[in-house]
Amino acid sequence: MTEQIRHEWPLFEVFVRAKRGLNHVHVGSLRAADHRMALHHARDLYTRRNEGVSIWVVRSDDVASSGPGDKEAFFEPSADKAYRHPTYYAIPDSVPHI
Amino acid sequence: MSFDDAYQALTDHDDDARWAYGTGFTDPLAGVPTDVPDGADPGDLTAYCLMLGDDALVLSHRLQQWVTRAPELEDELAVANIALDLLGQARLLLSRAGAVEGAGRDEDALAYHRDAGDFRNVLLAERADADFAHLVARLLVFATWRLALLDRLSASGDPVLAAVAAKGVKEVTYHREYAAGWVVRLGDGTELSHRRMSDAMAAVAPLTGELFRAHPVEARLAGAGIAVDPGALRPEFDAVLAQVCAAGTLTVPAADPADPAGPAGRHGVHGDGLAAVLGELQAVARSLPGSTW
Amino acid sequence: MTTEQVFASTIERDQRVEPRDWMPDGYRRTMIRQIAQHAHSEIIGMQPEGEWITRAPSLRRKAILLAKVQDEAGHGLYLYSAAETLGADRGDLTRRLIEGRQKYSSIFNYPTRTFADVGVIGWLVDGAAICNQVPLCRSSYGPYARAMIRICKEESFHQRQGYELLMTMMRGTPEQRAMVQDATDRWWWPSLMMFGPPDADSPNTAQSMAWKVKRHTNDELRQRFVDMTVPQAEALGVTLPDPELAWNAERGHYDFGTPDWAELKRVISGDGPLNAQRIAHRRRADEEGAWVREAAAAHAAKRATGRAAT
Repeated sequence: MTEQIRHEWPLFEVFVRAKRGLNHVHVGSLRAADHRMALHHARDLYTRRNEGVSIWVVRSDDVASSGPGDKEAFFEPSADKAYRHPTYYAIPDSVPHI
Repeated sequence: MSFDDAYQALTDHDDDARWAYGTGFTDPLAGVPTDVPDGADPGDLTAYCLMLGDDALVLSHRLQQWVTRAPELEDELAVANIALDLLGQARLLLSRAGAVEGAGRDEDALAYHRDAGDFRNVLLAERADADFAHLVARLLVFATWRLALLDRLSASGDPVLAAVAAKGVKEVTYHREYAAGWVVRLGDGTELSHRRMSDAMAAVAPLTGELFRAHPVEARLAGAGIAVDPGALRPEFDAVLAQVCAAGTLTVPAADPADPAGPAGRHGVHGDGLAAVLGELQAVARSLPGSTW
Repeated sequence: MTTEQVFASTIERDQRVEPRDWMPDGYRRTMIRQIAQHAHSEIIGMQPEGEWITRAPSLRRKAILLAKVQDEAGHGLYLYSAAETLGADRGDLTRRLIEGRQKYSSIFNYPTRTFADVGVIGWLVDGAAICNQVPLCRSSYGPYARAMIRICKEESFHQRQGYELLMTMMRGTPEQRAMVQDATDRWWWPSLMMFGPPDADSPNTAQSMAWKVKRHTNDELRQRFVDMTVPQAEALGVTLPDPELAWNAERGHYDFGTPDWAELKRVISGDGPLNAQRIAHRRRADEEGAWVREAAAAHAAKRATGRAAT
């Protein structure tokens, strides 16, 4: 049993670009022994309906992520910087193209 | 999300950038002229389409038998994809054979209502797989040969064959890649997998000779610029096999001196493998004559 | 806010719980069990129809069926992936399945006797599955909800191909029409049982509804399915095998008979027609593939060390 666990393939995260001009978007994960196999599997698993023009695979262990506990420190400091948004600035309707 | 209509409810989620259904499905034969080209004997062209179509139909069947039995779920998907690609090639080629023959037989009449002696597939396609190593060994040999063949056939004087081949090249390129990947992994994996992979390569070796012997139909059509002379494919085939075997620490199986040069699959001379395939393939269709599906 | 309060308010506001969020152990266990059972059902569900791929009576039907069964493997994979975001391990879940410690949908323990069964499975079994699954696209657990959206979209073709096959067969020979009616007779009651035991006998429903991992009760979904299916059966020209089936104008729903709950219990507890065979088949595939998976892992390990050395 433990023997078997050791031989399981690692997890990969899959990103697919649906068409040119769009970002690669995370679509799910799969298992594969190596990167090449992961790309093949991703093609078979996530693009059966002609959904993609490009695929990235990344070992799940290699993804660093912010935790839910970091949410306040990470994201709230940007919440009061409304001046980064175009709607912050009042421009008369009579001024064109701005 | 509405719950009144399941299908309505699904469209509530049309976040197309993420979940887009693919678009741009195409008919590979759209706009392709279907007349029998000058210089091609219709009987020969029919037979040739059956040869290439039967290869795909029969090997697809052997791959279909792996469904629910693959070593890992991801490989279920891959093997099914390859089986679907080959089935698609078979349908185009059998349809072309029926149209050129002009006797009113469609793809299903040809697939379900011919007997073994009328099948023209190479023997390599019909054998049963003893294990996953046999599956990938056979697929490597088949796909390497067929890719070389279709690559040249995409310049055929018959526009239909050229179009079918051009589509097939893209598919079979992936099949070869998939099979080669596994031959290397199993060859250079564990001691057990190395032994099984070596055995499998040795088991398919006797069936490779037939792939390169031109049947008279192939020879005549090759002369007319319609078909591919299979003999010309050998150097490319040998080079690919040598490369894959080297990467998988396998010895290239030597050509079997006992390889019978006599009539084989292309002539309708088959083994038990085809009988087993047809027994399964044709049973339901033949048991309910006059049915529509 | 405490972590418990954050979780409760996420559910309350109908927002999604994501993998790294704190969640109660009971929620995690419930989700792993629900998603794993669903994944197992997709994988075991390949078998009843998979048996007909090589025997499909036309090449078009063969391609459709092969693509459909392949989709089911894909759906199983999407779902195992979702379960893995909760800390479950696919290999471990597979072992639980083949050791009989986790369940799958009871429907797949019934045999497929003729090719008409392929059509009826698409129409009734996939139809019932869609009824069950569409609300799960709003499951509170994000990865599951996202997997369900993709699965439901793909399954809409599964149900339609089944119904189209049946319509074609009903236009065929008398023998074909009889096959469709026979398959409908055999699959109708097991399809109704797919929604689970009656609400009064479904102890986990209340907690699952509170957590928004289940959005409707078993009986609500079953009624919905009957209401959707009756007109489809009429259009097809088959009779549903329930003498009590009748429109109830007062309720605005169809009344229908009571499924044999004792049979459902038997099938769920492992005593259905084909439970042992389905599990044995899955176990054999897993065991016969072990040397292949090991070889791939060994090769990848060799390559990794080789690369590190150069």
